[in-house]
Amino acid sequence: MPQVTLTVNGQTHTAEVEGRTLLVELLRETLRLTGTHVGCDTSQCGACVVHINGESVKSCTTLAVMANGANVTTIEGLAKPDGTLHPMQEAFREYHALQCGFCTPGMVMSAIDLVQKNPQGLTEQQIREGLEGNLCRCTGYHNIVKAIAAAADVMHGKRSEIARAAE
Amino acid sequence: MYDFAYHKPASVADAVKLLADPDAKAVSGGHTLLPALKHRLNKPSALVDLSGIAELKGIRRVGNAIVIGALTRHVEVATSAEVAASIPALAYLAGHIGDVQVRNRGTIGGSVSNNDPAADYPAAVLGLGATVHTSARKIAADDFFLGMFTTALEPNEILTAIEFPIPEKAGYAKMKNPASRYVMAGAFVSKGPMGVRVAINGAAPCVFRQADMEKALSANWSADAVAAVKQAADGLNADIHGSAEYRAHLVTVMAKRAVAAAG
Repeated sequence: MPQVTLTVNGQTHTAEVEGRTLLVELLRETLRLTGTHVGCDTSQCGACVVHINGESVKSCTTLAVMANGANVTTIEGLAKPDGTLHPMQEAFREYHALQCGFCTPGMVMSAIDLVQKNPQGLTEQQIREGLEGNLCRCTGYHNIVKAIAAAADVMHGKRSEIARAAE
Repeated sequence: MYDFAYHKPASVADAVKLLADPDAKAVSGGHTLLPALKHRLNKPSALVDLSGIAELKGIRRVGNAIVIGALTRHVEVATSAEVAASIPALAYLAGHIGDVQVRNRGTIGGSVSNNDPAADYPAAVLGLGATVHTSARKIAADDFFLGMFTTALEPNEILTAIEFPIPEKAGYAKMKNPASRYVMAGAFVSKGPMGVRVAINGAAPCVFRQADMEKALSANWSADAVAAVKQAADGLNADIHGSAEYRAHLVTVMAKRAVAAAG
């Protein structure tokens, strides 16, 4: 069986996998990192998005062996060890950008990649287009878009903390 | 998914050897192959992962052409300064394939070799009169796309790069299926060293050139000129997403928009 060695949230793991083992299966079933979700399993919904070497990818459509040697970040790797949330997580909480929460890990991972790739800032339209690969069936996206705009201000150093949502 | 052996060769020569096994399949981004394998539509003995082959990567200008290595991901074409400066329609097309995460993994070589009727890249390859480079030869776009999911590639022949002649003008427009994002009908138009070309994707089992539109645009390069050309519905795709007549109508609309985008 193929062996893979990869770094997940800063920790190096080596595991034996089958050729057909998906990255999301390795993360959830072997490493027990169940924050990454499987929604559609057909590369459409984005609940399984993680970062490979800093880029957002759908881990249900990536073989574990393809991530050999890679640096993977999952939703579990965002908060600081003392529990302080990443600005994107904080913004999702502040703006009520989730209801059932199933899509949230993927949304947050996609949103961070989107903000990092656009240091010049993002329009509402660009945020909406950037979420094309993530489906949410609860929120209607509106609060997710607001949360990402608020997090972008903090991630780009324009504000020191997440702007409060209107009461 | 059925299980398979996994190989990651470091050179095209080694990959060709591994693909001599008729049940082995090449893979790079995997965004078409892995979903097909999940449905057990295919049972390969081995996957040959081309993504470690450095010679298949990169975008470079060679004379009056842009040569894009087979492993170049959609995101790289979409954000390439070289492509934006010389063939902006190609950068636009690459930036509108699937979604962000698909563009972060999917490659031009995979899309063109697979020749999905609803894929974007085949329209650019045919619409610009590109040349497909393989491990064995060079193939003109007009001789490459043979039918639904069928190309001129031999079983163990690997697409290595695509050479796009730089046009004077080019434009691309598509109507996406709102759920799957696949192309219902699209048009890639260009005017340049390869003449006036109109390639239609999404509408038929295989990308094709629309000769009547090419004639109309050769006489008068304007959106109005293609607006007068009707596409016949015979032989076009008909499914739950749209009838052949609907797609035929879309072909003219998309061609008009593509010419308008080309300027």
